Amino acid sequence: MGFTIDRDYNAQVEETSSRRSFANFSPVCIPWAPMPQVGLFIPCYVDQLYPEVGMATVRLLERFGCQVEFPAAQTCCGQPMANTGCNDDAAPLARRFLNIFSPYEYVVCPSGSCTSMVRNHYHDLLPDESGLKALEQKTFELCEFLVDVLNVESIAGRFPHRVGLHQSCHGLRELRLGSSSELVVEPFGKPRQLLAGLEGIELVDLARTDECCGFGGTFAVSEEAVSCMMGNDRVHDHESHGAEVMTGVDMSCLMHLDGLIKRQKKPMRVMHIAEILSESEVRP
Amino acid sequence: MSVADGQPTTQTHPKAALPFVANDERAHWHDKALWFVRHKRDVAVHAVPEWEQLREAASQIKAHTMAHLADYLEQFEANAKQRGVHVHWAADAAEHNEAVLRILQRHGAKKVVKSKSMLTEECHLNPFLERHGIEVIDTDLGERIVQMRHETPSHIVLPAIHIKKEEVGQLFHEQLGTDEGADDAKYLTEAARQHLQQKFHDADVGITGVNFAIAATGGFVVCTNEGNADLGTSLPPVHIACMGIEKLIPRASDLGVFLRMLARSATGQPITAYSTHYHGPKAGGELHIVLVDNGRSDVLGQEKFRRSLNCIRCGACMNTCPVYRRSGGHSYSYTVPGPIGSVLAPSRGMKEHYSLPYASSLCGSCTDVCPVKIDLHHQLLAWRGEIARQKVLPWSKRTSMKLGGWLFRSPALFRLAGWSGRLALRLLPRWAIYHRFNVWGRQRDLPPAPKQSFRALYREHQQRRRSDGE
Repeated sequence: MGFTIDRDYNAQVEETSSRRSFANFSPVCIPWAPMPQVGLFIPCYVDQLYPEVGMATVRLLERFGCQVEFPAAQTCCGQPMANTGCNDDAAPLARRFLNIFSPYEYVVCPSGSCTSMVRNHYHDLLPDESGLKALEQKTFELCEFLVDVLNVESIAGRFPHRVGLHQSCHGLRELRLGSSSELVVEPFGKPRQLLAGLEGIELVDLARTDECCGFGGTFAVSEEAVSCMMGNDRVHDHESHGAEVMTGVDMSCLMHLDGLIKRQKKPMRVMHIAEILSESEVRP
Repeated sequence: MSVADGQPTTQTHPKAALPFVANDERAHWHDKALWFVRHKRDVAVHAVPEWEQLREAASQIKAHTMAHLADYLEQFEANAKQRGVHVHWAADAAEHNEAVLRILQRHGAKKVVKSKSMLTEECHLNPFLERHGIEVIDTDLGERIVQMRHETPSHIVLPAIHIKKEEVGQLFHEQLGTDEGADDAKYLTEAARQHLQQKFHDADVGITGVNFAIAATGGFVVCTNEGNADLGTSLPPVHIACMGIEKLIPRASDLGVFLRMLARSATGQPITAYSTHYHGPKAGGELHIVLVDNGRSDVLGQEKFRRSLNCIRCGACMNTCPVYRRSGGHSYSYTVPGPIGSVLAPSRGMKEHYSLPYASSLCGSCTDVCPVKIDLHHQLLAWRGEIARQKVLPWSKRTSMKLGGWLFRSPALFRLAGWSGRLALRLLPRWAIYHRFNVWGRQRDLPPAPKQSFRALYREHQQRRRSDGE
């Protein structure tokens, strides 16, 4: 089966940003509002390597009144296969995902890249699948779920540190979690907005606000030399602007950056945004 | 890229990129030079509040033109002929080169000056004409520099961006007799100017590319910053303009959209220093247009990749591409490098260029920077699908993805693999983990290997909640 990119990329973007208002309720403020039922979509590598990121996501969602369930049958969304072009290997995983997550009211994931896989690329793998449209429309990255669906404006908490926000590309340019530096649009950023609300936090300005870190899935290995150079340049940008903590919406980018940081024994820490947002009250 | 007899080599991108990346200082110098151009582009486009509407308009004009390309081409041909222009059609590079040679031979031309044209690079016109005893001088400064070095351009707008001015100084010292060690840009440019002026005077024919051709008028526009196309078409009596069939736009009024975008996207200038309109031959002269297909109709026939024909060759996707900036244009081993080159190349030879669609982290910056809204990173992804489907992807990669696919279809198998992987990472000594087969670990530590997976922690969390509830 071939990949068919028949939908206008920018139309997708407009669609994504225009369908936001269908769930304008605030379960925190209105006691009689129903609890949003969230099917938790945890990327495979987060499940195995970064369990604390998953737990932070659970705590954050539960704190905002969501009824969270982790369907244990889930494994991987199929992105590594699809991004290599092996669509025949990715399609069965997309179908599994659809079956597992269809029953939920919302699907929420602490990763922009994996969310984009479901929302923007499953229709190429499962072109005639009924129910896919509904899945696409109810699948959200964590920060956009908080901002757009739960209408969270800011989160109470303290994080008195200098933080560099790494804007992971798929969250930024495929989900439009923020405005990318290439477009002439009003600047905005949902992850930044949530972080900025924390007490004591100082978000550092970077020389290149949204350059790719060079992870790129299998790219990190197949183009190892370029990938690591890109990563080192990102680390250096954050470091030279005084960031103590580097954060982002995708643990995959952070895993690559942390690998470089650890090897070079740099003092910078790497934390997923869910860890900062969920822990900020208890662990300043 | 080493081009022997017009045939590029078939090194994969990661291999070809290695020597460039290995020189860390130089690769960073290259990265910063191009980032500076990207920054200038940002400043220029943010001064145009309607930029996004312009992009949309440009994209729609191009989509419309491509949908009616045959009609517009005929309209263009008829109108150009009426203006006294000789119109030639070339199905491929060989026909294009032959057409140019025939014109030159008819005029007994021995010396040609050429302004920048990626199409003639694509057709490898220079080596072809040189084999027929014709001197071809590239007159764009950057192109002249790479020509003197017997190289190809490493960027479609900034052909010599990979060369430092000290190296230009040495080159000019050797070939143009400038002072040894002189690397003042103004001094070197003046030397090149003197050298080229003689070439302009001696030329029998001037060859140019075409930036935009207008179907409704039969005219066309050539954009340069150095005025070299203007000299090259004013002094010699014969002008040959070579254009890919996708350069067409319907009306003169559409030019306003594209001219506002081209230079801003390319270099951050409001407009190129020279945007010269040609409407027929000059008095006593001859004007020829060679319309070249060379695979463009095939791309037009592929719905997935059709939008790549929108390209106006501004080079913005190269300037923004984090991979291009750090690996250099020659690592792509194709006439057009960077994201757009990686989309165009596989249609000219999938086996030869299969690694190019993978020479991208799919960050999408190219898609957002593109003034004509080519969904570049999605087209790169679509090419990967084609490359895997047609089994051009190496067997090892296809097999590992197949195994991954099987593993992820079984939650039990996935759990087992995760558990044993984490256990191995915790127990094995460092030398058993970090060895030459661990490509990830060459420069990076592996992630931590926690005792418990998320699903295990979550189960405990659920149990705690249940017991709290009771």
